[in-house]
Amino acid sequence: MKFEAPAGSNLFDRSQIVGKSTPRIDGPLKTTGQAPYAYERHDMANQAYGWVVGSAIAKGLIASMDVSDAQSAPGVIAIVSAPDTKPVGKGIANNAPLFGGPEIAHYHQAIACVVAETFEQARYAASLIRTTYDRSQGAFDLAKVAPDAPLAKGDDSKSTLGDFDAAFAAAPVKLDARYTTPDESHAMMEPHATIAAWEGDKLTLLTSNQMVAWAKQSMGKILGIDPANVRIDSPFIGGGFGGKLFIRADAVMAALAAKKAGRPVKIALQRPLIANNTTHRHATIQHIRIGAEKDGKITAISHENWSGNQNGKNGEDATLQTPKLYAGANRLTANYVATLDLPEGNAMRAPGEAVGHLALEVAMDELAEKLGMDPVELRIVNEPKMVPGSPEKKFSDRNLVRCLREGAERFGWSRRSKTPGSMRDGRWLIGMGVAAGYRAGPTEASGAHVKLDADGRITVETDMTDIGTGSYTIIAQTAAETMGVSLDQVKVELGDSRYPKSSGSGGQWGAASSTAGVYAACVNLRRAIGEKLGFDADAATFEDGSIRSGNRSYKLTEAGALSADGEMTYGDFKDDYDVGTYAGHFVEVGVDAYTGVTRIRRMLSVCDAGRILNPLSARSQVIGAMVMSAGAALMEELAVDPRFGFFVNHDLAGYEVPVHADIPTQDVVFLDTLDDIVTPMKAKGVGELGICGPGSAIANAIYNATGIRIRDYPLTLEKYLSEMPAVA
Amino acid sequence: MRPFTYQRAGSVAEAVKAVGSRDDAMFLAGGTNLLDLMKLQIETPAHIVDIQDTGLDKIEKTKDGGLRIGALVSNTALSADERVRKDYPVLTRAIQAGASGQLRNKATTGGNLLQRTRCSYFYDTNMACNKRDPGSGCAALQGYSRQLAVIGSSDKCIATYPGDMAVGMRVLDAVVETMKADGSTRSIALADFHRLPGDHPEQDNVLETGELITAVWLPKPPGGRHFYHKVRDRASYAFALVSVAAVIQDDGSGRVAFGGVAPKPWRVEAADAALGQGAKAVIARAFADARPTEENRFKIALAERALAGVLAEARNA
Ligand SMILES: Cc1cc2nc3c(=O)[nH]c(=O)nc-3n(C[C@H](O)[C@H](O)[C@H](O)COP(=O)(O)OP(=O)(O)OC[C@H]3O[C@@H](n4cnc5c(N)ncnc54)[C@H](O)[C@@H]3O)c2cc1C
Ligand code: SF4
Repeated sequence: MKFEAPAGSNLFDRSQIVGKSTPRIDGPLKTTGQAPYAYERHDMANQAYGWVVGSAIAKGLIASMDVSDAQSAPGVIAIVSAPDTKPVGKGIANNAPLFGGPEIAHYHQAIACVVAETFEQARYAASLIRTTYDRSQGAFDLAKVAPDAPLAKGDDSKSTLGDFDAAFAAAPVKLDARYTTPDESHAMMEPHATIAAWEGDKLTLLTSNQMVAWAKQSMGKILGIDPANVRIDSPFIGGGFGGKLFIRADAVMAALAAKKAGRPVKIALQRPLIANNTTHRHATIQHIRIGAEKDGKITAISHENWSGNQNGKNGEDATLQTPKLYAGANRLTANYVATLDLPEGNAMRAPGEAVGHLALEVAMDELAEKLGMDPVELRIVNEPKMVPGSPEKKFSDRNLVRCLREGAERFGWSRRSKTPGSMRDGRWLIGMGVAAGYRAGPTEASGAHVKLDADGRITVETDMTDIGTGSYTIIAQTAAETMGVSLDQVKVELGDSRYPKSSGSGGQWGAASSTAGVYAACVNLRRAIGEKLGFDADAATFEDGSIRSGNRSYKLTEAGALSADGEMTYGDFKDDYDVGTYAGHFVEVGVDAYTGVTRIRRMLSVCDAGRILNPLSARSQVIGAMVMSAGAALMEELAVDPRFGFFVNHDLAGYEVPVHADIPTQDVVFLDTLDDIVTPMKAKGVGELGICGPGSAIANAIYNATGIRIRDYPLTLEKYLSEMPAVA
Repeated sequence: MRPFTYQRAGSVAEAVKAVGSRDDAMFLAGGTNLLDLMKLQIETPAHIVDIQDTGLDKIEKTKDGGLRIGALVSNTALSADERVRKDYPVLTRAIQAGASGQLRNKATTGGNLLQRTRCSYFYDTNMACNKRDPGSGCAALQGYSRQLAVIGSSDKCIATYPGDMAVGMRVLDAVVETMKADGSTRSIALADFHRLPGDHPEQDNVLETGELITAVWLPKPPGGRHFYHKVRDRASYAFALVSVAAVIQDDGSGRVAFGGVAPKPWRVEAADAALGQGAKAVIARAFADARPTEENRFKIALAERALAGVLAEARNA
């Protein structure tokens, strides 16, 4: 099915199940410990344990590797070592090879894998491997290399409109500031984990991966085998946040080790390896300049961004939201990527936008201050009619102003004092901050297979994944709604590459795309039923396990067992629009007048993302993203040691993410909007919207509380303690 | 993790003998620190002597009105003990500011005193670390040192003692009771228990091989108002950037110790004497010999501000 024109009214406008808060249908499996996560699967006999060894240097060559002691340690079955293996191929988005050969591209890159009968034996034997290295110099300091960095993708990475320089020079009110954000770790609960097994030349990977179809293709490329011989199964994923979009060392090492051991091998990357071995969000340096008239109207806006990565590829483009959020005729955005020899940077939840907001939305706050304007009003004054960076484009459906106005009302924004440092509660300095949020609402082609059985039950099969987001549930809701059955009549099977290819989970496209694909398959199943029973399915009503067509009615069970495939694809008409999601974020913080410690007191996000398929799980997505944004603002930082080129604090004791005690009352409100450009469901994703903005609202609230502006994240107390008012 | 043998000692005498008779054995209490370090091959004992059945899990009144806390009393039990909550609230607050509920259930009084540093380079066996591997150097000195010591350190090691409970005990003038491998016992003032690194950062404390902590003694209650203020990057489950333990009397005199700043709970008696003059005067004396790194210099100002907050609270009480 091709979506070629805006959705008219359809069955979802009368929906009984889609759009209703629904507890996740996979919840009982999870709470009773029966959801089969990759490392805990027992449906593969004779598993041996693998332990991955990471490089002790960041750049250079392995000079020698002695595995003899390890080989003769108790229980050892096989050892795969980098010097004895030719470099594997690169899968999608692998900048550095994941394994093989003497060359070291980054710290903790996999250099060996020990397979043993028990986990403990593998781990101990791994410690007996003796490796020597020839170290070489590397580039590890972004600030040093950024000035010479080229545009990310040549001229495509710079865009101009009007004459920024002239307009900025002429503007009566100007903001010109630099911001930095650090490297961040996904820090998902479930480590990267895989069980690999070979049957002849066929490889099965029970793994934890957000993008099953990519994983299948990538594994083929990496191992130099036909992807058709690779099966990926990833039904449950304990968090990914982009860290599991691509094949990583767990899967590669398990596959190579299983081949060598001649039996299935299971590997979970040990926690201290994850930060440096896998991917992370790149640090950024951002320069923002905004010129405005005295009434707040922006006349000139520029956002330049620098990040670095292996091979100078795939940086963090923090400018993404800037061509979308605010009006202004004269514009410049540019994105530069330097070559760094740090571990590989890649997508982390709302890549680009999450950290772009940390700069842009503070810049707007600073501009409001210079203008003497309320920061909510400043944003509203600059609400654009057409997409500011591409004025030929319309917005599909945009309600940012409503988000801000409703948020201000609910939050009690009018109680905010405009004078920084003037609200106090005992030893706490109180401040309120606001930020707008924009995150694209993309769609990807997505397919499914739907079966009707003789008892009238529906089974959906698709390689879509559920990374804790609630895909199982919204897919079941979609199928139940379309087929006219109750939710408990629907079974959902996900994550297996034997099922039709879906959008997968990433970039906030999963919910909108995968449900549209399931809808397409259900429409085909309805047609198959209509054909069999002799009615026009497109004109019929499917409800309560029955079908009404004109004045005739059927039981679904009369159709017998039937099945259909379907896929939703998208027509060019979408190119005329920018499909985005929007939010108004409001935060109140307290800053300890003595120690400078910041504690969040209240958070509110008002979100505009079209139809909300399942308000319960959508809320979970947004509050989780708000927490992550709070972490980015206040504490998360992979500390770079530029002498050795690695992230030093590479475990969960050193890399701090928020704990429950950091997170107070969180409130999420969804506007009841519909976007008929996006899919027939008129729904957009929300999983990343919630991380676009709250952190900047925190920074702005700290400013409101203290009058101190910090532009380097995370906003830890040593960065402003010396500016805090004296205490007796 | 290196393979090891395991023995469960039935008595204190059996335990000290078992560990004292060889140089590759260690005591196991709650295991919350030791097992983590063994998994990373930072500690590599070949033999483990589990002391949980040695009967050291009681809190008793002493003749001079204090408390004798058995080495195996859990952090949870100690902080919840009614006598501790009433007479030594600084200790309850210090313990509850540490780790998490689950960890405190397992963590013991003896083990907590002996927890090792949280220096990131100590935890990464690819890095030079004199504490882990004597003579290998100190990667932290010119490296990521934000969390590390500002005082009491040496050019061989700038690690901190990371714990909270001991900082509370330090202002209470606690004494550590031990039994050596030969069965003899001794009492060590907590002030003298942890070592400064000097040239031997691998020795965290003055215990000899096979010497077991049997108890911690608290003198009779000091009275006054008790404070434990822990400053950290997140609200729970984080080690202190700086912590302040204080007992302040009605006349403004008192005692103060600092955590997160030194290789041991940091208390300077001459600084106690300046408490009446305010935080600045106390810090000037307590941190006179500070040698911070660029990254952790802020801890001194932070300690002063944290103490000022405590003193303000004491005044307003
Ligand atoms: C994630 C995490 C966060 C933490 N956060 C904090 C915090 O914020 N504040 C804080 O104070 N602590 C914190 N801790 C540390 C925790 O308090 C210690 O791990 C715990 O107190 C150690 O006690 P244990 O009984 O488990 O010791 P074990 O791990 O059993 O032993 C530790 C050491 O002491 C030796 N030992 C134990 N008992 C004796 C004895 N009686 N005599 C002689 N030697 C003995 C052992 O041989 C070993 O070397 C944290 C720990 C973790 C894992
Ligand atoms: S500070 Fe101490 S513990 Fe840290 S690396 Fe240096 S010697 Fe090791």
